[in-house]
Amino acid sequence: MLRSEKVDRNTLAQFVADDIEAGSFVNLGIGQPTLVSNYLTEEHDVTLHTENGMLGMGRAAEEAEVDVDLINAGKVPVTETPGAAFFHQADSFAIMRGGHLDVCVLGAFQVSATGDLANWHTGAEDAIPAVGGAMDLAIGAKRVFVMMNLFTRDGDIKLVSEATYPLTGVGCVSRVYTDHGIFELSDSGTVEVLALFGLSFEELTSKSDIEFVDATSK
Amino acid sequence: MTKIVDTAADAVANISDGSTVLMGGFGDAGQPMELIEALLESGAKDLTVVNNNAGQADAGLALLIKERRVNKIICSFPRQSDSWHFDEAYRAGEIELELVPQGNLAERLRAAGAGIGAFFTPTGYGTRLAEGKEVREINGRNYVLEYPIHGDVALIKAFQADEKGNLVYRKTARNFGPVMATAAKQTIVQVEEILPTGSLDPENIVTPSIYTDVMVPIETQSTELAARERAQGAK
Repeated sequence: MLRSEKVDRNTLAQFVADDIEAGSFVNLGIGQPTLVSNYLTEEHDVTLHTENGMLGMGRAAEEAEVDVDLINAGKVPVTETPGAAFFHQADSFAIMRGGHLDVCVLGAFQVSATGDLANWHTGAEDAIPAVGGAMDLAIGAKRVFVMMNLFTRDGDIKLVSEATYPLTGVGCVSRVYTDHGIFELSDSGTVEVLALFGLSFEELTSKSDIEFVDATSK
Repeated sequence: MTKIVDTAADAVANISDGSTVLMGGFGDAGQPMELIEALLESGAKDLTVVNNNAGQADAGLALLIKERRVNKIICSFPRQSDSWHFDEAYRAGEIELELVPQGNLAERLRAAGAGIGAFFTPTGYGTRLAEGKEVREINGRNYVLEYPIHGDVALIKAFQADEKGNLVYRKTARNFGPVMATAAKQTIVQVEEILPTGSLDPENIVTPSIYTDVMVPIETQSTELAARERAQGAK
């Protein structure tokens, strides 16, 4: 797929939703990945997992529905869907670590060509560290998708040969969805370019020493 | 035998200085706020606290930290928009932080309750949170050795109990309660309602009474919310 303009976050969320197979069990990370839920239709029949202990999470709660005992991993009040289930933390992370989730969608500071993920710490030594479930999510699902901007505000590419930020997980990301393109990663470090938005293949390769393969016409 | 007491102060009366206290809750959901406030009142100090977070706003665990009663916290996500008391204590070097991925926190507690000596987990491999830890390759995958977290005391919040001490929880407020109940020498529970023994369906018990040592009935917003839900269901 080729587009002349870069895509916005909602369009990107739609692309991610389109790639989630019907009947999947999915965990959506905090932030940009949450947008994906807006594009999951009844036909998707997706069951959402939230790591604080629930399968079958529904949409965000409206004011009259707010229940302090029913929140998501971002501590936002949510609703439950018919067929929902609650479980404790050890069970919830066993669902993740045990490889039972089909897809997990996360944000990132950097992703390496071999799928190393950096999304929990900027590396600033004076920052108070906080990790939550990020490391468990990174290594748990059958497929880990990342949603992020392809470039930093300073114009540095965030898809890198080797991450310079502290790692969240090693070799765990399968696919990266960005405003400028979609990338399939592999253990070998060769990156298949599935889509480009407002960026030519030549422009992409000029910004990185990663070995890219043009698959945009597939 | 499970002891039922009348007040939160009675429930926490024998928590001594230097104890490791496991505190249930993910954010406010399932946080045993009244027990934590009673612990603050009790004056117990030099505590090690295990919780997912490091206190919110000006209540509960945040106040224990503000009063410098917590020497060390073991948690996964201390930094929040309203964690100012932790932030201040941490920047002043007045609280030790052991940062643990959330799933490792849960599993280390589970391991403590289940008599496991240590376990290998893939979580955190290759990251700075696994630095210095033993690593082993098993069937082509790398794992990190993690040890259990034992508590002297667990403070948890349940929804309903029977007089024997069997517990059920409410929605995502369950979170760390059931694993912490197994991981401490003494488990102290604040519960919305204590029903006569035999009132709870044995098939639906989440925490069996063997783990419950002390219970205190305390009604919170959870009771109102459950009543609202029942009324909506009856419509």
